[in-house]
Amino acid sequence: MFSVDLLLNAIIAGILLGGFYAAVSLGISVAFGLLDVVNIAHPVFVILGSYAAYAMNTSLGLDPIVAGLLFTPVFFALGVAVYRIYYNSFEKKGEESLRGLVFFFGILFIVEVVLLLQYGVDYRLVEAAYIGESVHIGPVGIAFRLLVPCLVGMGLTLALYLFLSKTFYGRAIQAVAQDSLALRLMGANPIRIKTLAFGLAIATASLAGALLIMIGPVEPSMNREYIGRVFAIAVLGGLGNIGGTFVAALILGVVESLTSTFYGPSWALAVSFGVLLLTLAVRPAGLFGR
Amino acid sequence: MQRRVFLASMLAVVVLGALVTRVIQNQYYYFAAYVILQYVVLATAWNILGGYTGYVNFGSAAFFALGAYTSVVLIKAAAAPLVVLVVAGGLVSGLLGLGIGYLTLRLRGVFFAIATLALAVVLQTMFINWEYVGGARGIYIIRPKTVPFFTSYVEFLFAVMVVLAVVAVTVAWWIENSRVGRGLAAIRDNEEAAECMGVPTLKLKLVATTVSGVLMGVAGAPFPYYVTYVEPSSAFNLDYAVNSLAMPMIGGTTTWAGPVLGAVLLGTAQQVATVTISSALNLLIVGIILVAFVILAPEGIIGLVRRVTKGKRG
Repeated sequence: MFSVDLLLNAIIAGILLGGFYAAVSLGISVAFGLLDVVNIAHPVFVILGSYAAYAMNTSLGLDPIVAGLLFTPVFFALGVAVYRIYYNSFEKKGEESLRGLVFFFGILFIVEVVLLLQYGVDYRLVEAAYIGESVHIGPVGIAFRLLVPCLVGMGLTLALYLFLSKTFYGRAIQAVAQDSLALRLMGANPIRIKTLAFGLAIATASLAGALLIMIGPVEPSMNREYIGRVFAIAVLGGLGNIGGTFVAALILGVVESLTSTFYGPSWALAVSFGVLLLTLAVRPAGLFGR
Repeated sequence: MQRRVFLASMLAVVVLGALVTRVIQNQYYYFAAYVILQYVVLATAWNILGGYTGYVNFGSAAFFALGAYTSVVLIKAAAAPLVVLVVAGGLVSGLLGLGIGYLTLRLRGVFFAIATLALAVVLQTMFINWEYVGGARGIYIIRPKTVPFFTSYVEFLFAVMVVLAVVAVTVAWWIENSRVGRGLAAIRDNEEAAECMGVPTLKLKLVATTVSGVLMGVAGAPFPYYVTYVEPSSAFNLDYAVNSLAMPMIGGTTTWAGPVLGAVLLGTAQQVATVTISSALNLLIVGIILVAFVILAPEGIIGLVRRVTKGKRG
């Protein structure tokens, strides 16, 4: 059963998967890591992104990635709206932690049920010319449906990293995470910066969703599998650390891929949640924690 | 409320439940009432940890399913009677509760909540891969044909759930009015301060997580006989997790009456909606009501009522 080829294939597939996981987790890393907003509904926004790409793909024949990019502003607006409600109802009163958590749990549930009512429990998928293709390098096969999401995920990570470290607004977001009072004293409005950052976090879900439906078929309740994954990755990578998040995503991707190759796919999910529980219990600051 | 009045009214509920089985013939009412009572137990159990202590548990489904699967194992291995199943289900889930109690040593607030969610998925994966209890395919459970004193098995299950609900509410009421309850409230309001004042926080948290776990397991134990077909995705359904926290949130989390009120209102509304509209739509209604309540009425119905009556007096 065990062979070097199999191992090599599993590792490569894991790395590719990890690149995609990074795309899914970036939004959590920004919202949870930098803003302290426990948006457990993030994965359901990713699924929403998948269905947006699906709708565009089936009705207009649009490429899923193009659809994902097109929907980015819509998701940004959605994020801004959600944050406004969250801020006014919870953060302003200082009741954000637990009630806010329940609020996002409710949002998760609502979006999931709306998708369920609209599309049913059937698995949906998208079509594009390159999805079925693959290249072979020696014994290793690289499927395009994994390669493209990985590359896009890497691009998204890089873009977000550059935005946060090089631009004025990006630095303001990092500043608000460190000390929002100091930011206010410097004449910037922390709420506006946080709204922008949260909108950005949700905007990444649009593209991540398009990647998700490219990798495999999607159904509404899938978001729950990703709750564990994204939090495991965000916590493991050190909250708010974009580079760390990317490395953690690769690690989780490889570990999951090895598990599903050698123990069976039904165990893969337990790995990510196991990693999460272990990280939380042993080193809550993550590998690259501040 | 006076101790005597409370205990008398709990006894009255049991007697009423017994009388009902002599009068109502339509089996549907027992099916529906069973689910509502099951939610009374789950919501009360969740509230002991979530409402009194302030630790949010997203993994109620795991405790419920653990109770249900303990029953499955015992039915398959030993054809054990229901009393044994309930006790065993409570014990196993109580142990898991004790385990997450120790988790609170390191994890507070949101991290604890996320960990309970993760726990539910890990447990579900284990049951999916456990062939003895049916794996992902699920397993059929055959009910005993007859049961003494009751005309049908569903009536018997209903009566059992009435007793369990009364026990759960009594436990919650007792905790609330004892030193334990005041200690838990101190932890909820400020854990560090409570610790400094000499409140044995760990011991109290372990009591809360264990009692909460036991009650959830107890609620799940009769589940295999109720549905007669158990599979992981129905036993670990997210609906249990959402409902068992939505009900106390909607009713009010500071008293025992809140979860009961929430469970009866929301549970009945869901039963009616499932019959008249559709089961997916009734879940949507639960979600919207939950979000509306956390935003607009954070103290739940009980809190709203208090605010209104206070306003009149003042």
